[in-house]
Amino acid sequence: MENIVQNLQTVPLNHYILFSTLIFSIGVIGVLIRRNMIIMMMSIELMLNAVNLLLAAFSVHHGDSSGQVFVFFIMALAAAEVAVGLAIIIMVYRNTKSVDIDALNKLRW
Amino acid sequence: MLAFIWLIPLLPLLGFIINGLGQRSFSKSFIGILASGAVFASFILSVAVFSDVWSARQAGEEAVFTQEIFEWFAVGDLQVSLTFLVDPLSSIMLLIITGIGFLIHLYAIGYMKHDAGFGKFFAYLNLFIFFMLLLVLGSNYLVLFIGWEGVGLCSYLLIGFWYTNPRYASAAKKAFVMNRIGDLGFLLALFFIFGTFGTLEYAGIFSAAKDFPMGDITLLTITLLLFIAATGKSAQIPLFTWLPDAMAGPTPVSALIHAATMVTAGIYLIARSNILFTLSPITLQLITIIGLATALLGAIIALTQTDIKKVLAYSTVSQLGYMFVGLGVGAFTGAFFHVITHAFFKALLFLGAGSVIHAMSDEQDMRKMGALKKSLPITFSTMLIGTIAIAGIPPFSGFFSKDEILAYAYAAHPIYWVLGFLAALCTAFYMFRLIFLTFYGSFRGTASQQEHLHESPASMTIPLIILAILAMVGGFLNVPEALGGGHALANFLAPIFADSAAIKAAPTIAHSTEYLLMGVSVVGALVMAGYAYFLFVKKADIPSEERSGMAKLSYHKFYIDELYDWLLVNPLKWSSQVFYTVVERLGIDGLVNGIGRGIGGAGRTVRLLQSGYITFYLFMMVLGVILLFVYGLVSI
Repeated sequence: MENIVQNLQTVPLNHYILFSTLIFSIGVIGVLIRRNMIIMMMSIELMLNAVNLLLAAFSVHHGDSSGQVFVFFIMALAAAEVAVGLAIIIMVYRNTKSVDIDALNKLRW
Repeated sequence: MLAFIWLIPLLPLLGFIINGLGQRSFSKSFIGILASGAVFASFILSVAVFSDVWSARQAGEEAVFTQEIFEWFAVGDLQVSLTFLVDPLSSIMLLIITGIGFLIHLYAIGYMKHDAGFGKFFAYLNLFIFFMLLLVLGSNYLVLFIGWEGVGLCSYLLIGFWYTNPRYASAAKKAFVMNRIGDLGFLLALFFIFGTFGTLEYAGIFSAAKDFPMGDITLLTITLLLFIAATGKSAQIPLFTWLPDAMAGPTPVSALIHAATMVTAGIYLIARSNILFTLSPITLQLITIIGLATALLGAIIALTQTDIKKVLAYSTVSQLGYMFVGLGVGAFTGAFFHVITHAFFKALLFLGAGSVIHAMSDEQDMRKMGALKKSLPITFSTMLIGTIAIAGIPPFSGFFSKDEILAYAYAAHPIYWVLGFLAALCTAFYMFRLIFLTFYGSFRGTASQQEHLHESPASMTIPLIILAILAMVGGFLNVPEALGGGHALANFLAPIFADSAAIKAAPTIAHSTEYLLMGVSVVGALVMAGYAYFLFVKKADIPSEERSGMAKLSYHKFYIDELYDWLLVNPLKWSSQVFYTVVERLGIDGLVNGIGRGIGGAGRTVRLLQSGYITFYLFMMVLGVILLFVYGLVSI
């Protein structure tokens, strides 16, 4: 365990940034191109966690723990968001018998 | 009695308020008595005030009394108080306004008996008397201006008294608009006066003005502007066309406002400011020319009119022209004397015409009258007296006042006298034409009108008789020296015109010349009267619709209304049409509506982006975030 932590600390910050960007981009692209609402929710979670990872990495890099406090807040927020989001999806499914995002095309003038 | 000056204008104002509030509930007799009583009480007070002024003048004093009612406002250097000024000039005006005003109120009780707007009529008449008294009593130009505007308002209300007739209503509007043009001149003059003298009080202005050099440019501006004001109110060229149209009002109104009092306000204004005018010879010259032109034009138009009131209206325009000639040639007393005598005989003639119209069941066309001498003996004899007076046949009043003006005009330049004499000839002709067409010959109206013919009731004939007596003897107020008189009026008014007289002495005319001038004008008037008799009684030459040459020109009033329409009204209408269609509709409306339409159109286009597909919204959101990032990076 000690070993893992020390090894992690040797990973340069650039790698964290690149990795987070990659995950974030995957999340964004997932939201944009997928039409299944559940998968879109998962992509959003990906984005959130990419940010969490980045926050933790910077927190360690700067030796400031407030970044990690933020991560916990975001996790709590994400849990709440998922709860509401899934509830909405269930309601949509009950009404349209589909979880396709294009089922919600009434959101216009 | 000088302590009660404030009551003189207050009583008619109270009459106006009471009658105005109760016009629907009071009985007609109560309204008539109240309105006439208020004016009569003012008249009694005016007589008392006048006698005080008279005795002070006899004692050799200047007889100028002021009474401050309250300070109106004080702004910086400008302090204006409501102060009443009684001096020889205003005390005579008081007598004319309240005296003739009372007689006309009395007359109107009979004349308006059957009118539904009886109470309203008397309320307006009382309001008019109030404003007219304010006009002459004010001790500064601002109070005069209030009265000036007030009488203009009353004139408008009373011309349009029968407002349901659109022709009458537009005559009222015309009078109002024409007067406004003059009022603008007055207002500008007030600004100039305050800028030059720092006060609006007569006393301060006139004593300061004395030291100005002859022909001073500021005084010239002020006097020209004041003269513009006078041309509006006193119906001179070019603003005279409203007065003949003003005959749309009830006849007592024509007699009171448009003959005896209001239209002489312009003469009062100039006589009051005589020192300013004496120092501006160019303005005086202009006044003389305008006055002569108006006198001639009015007299020539009156020659062919067939409406009895129109003849008298143009006669008034012409006589006012005479008064302006008097002012222009420096005969201030003469002009004011003519104001007095004209008030007598023209009020008489209008009231007489009203009596004729009343008897003829509202017929005003003289071609449909004739032979009324038998049925209307009192009206006939009083109108004949008025006619002799206005024609200038001695010893009636018009002779003395007109000849004084003509004598001064002769002294200024003989050509002035010739033109004035021509106008006097026309006057004699059209007045006798009126008499002969109306009272002589054969009756030309309908049978039902003939049945209805009756002499007017006593409340109408008594004022006629009193005015006839005044028209007969009024001339003896100021008998010239050449006829062995003492110039009583001139001596009485001397302090008012003293400064002017000191600068420009009255011309001395040899008595023989004066006799000659008088003789010529009397003979001329008699000849014209005889010619009218020959034409309208002997030949019974009733004017027909067919006219040619001069007569047509004169009958159509020299097409001056048409000229104004063509020159001013139509271009104005045309340009307002242009402004309406181009500037208003295209410019302003186009801009305002364009903004609205633009936003609406943009909304209609942009809302198409709201496709309803959430993926598209998400895509746009991400795009926006990326753009923000890019912007942030670039701007660093």
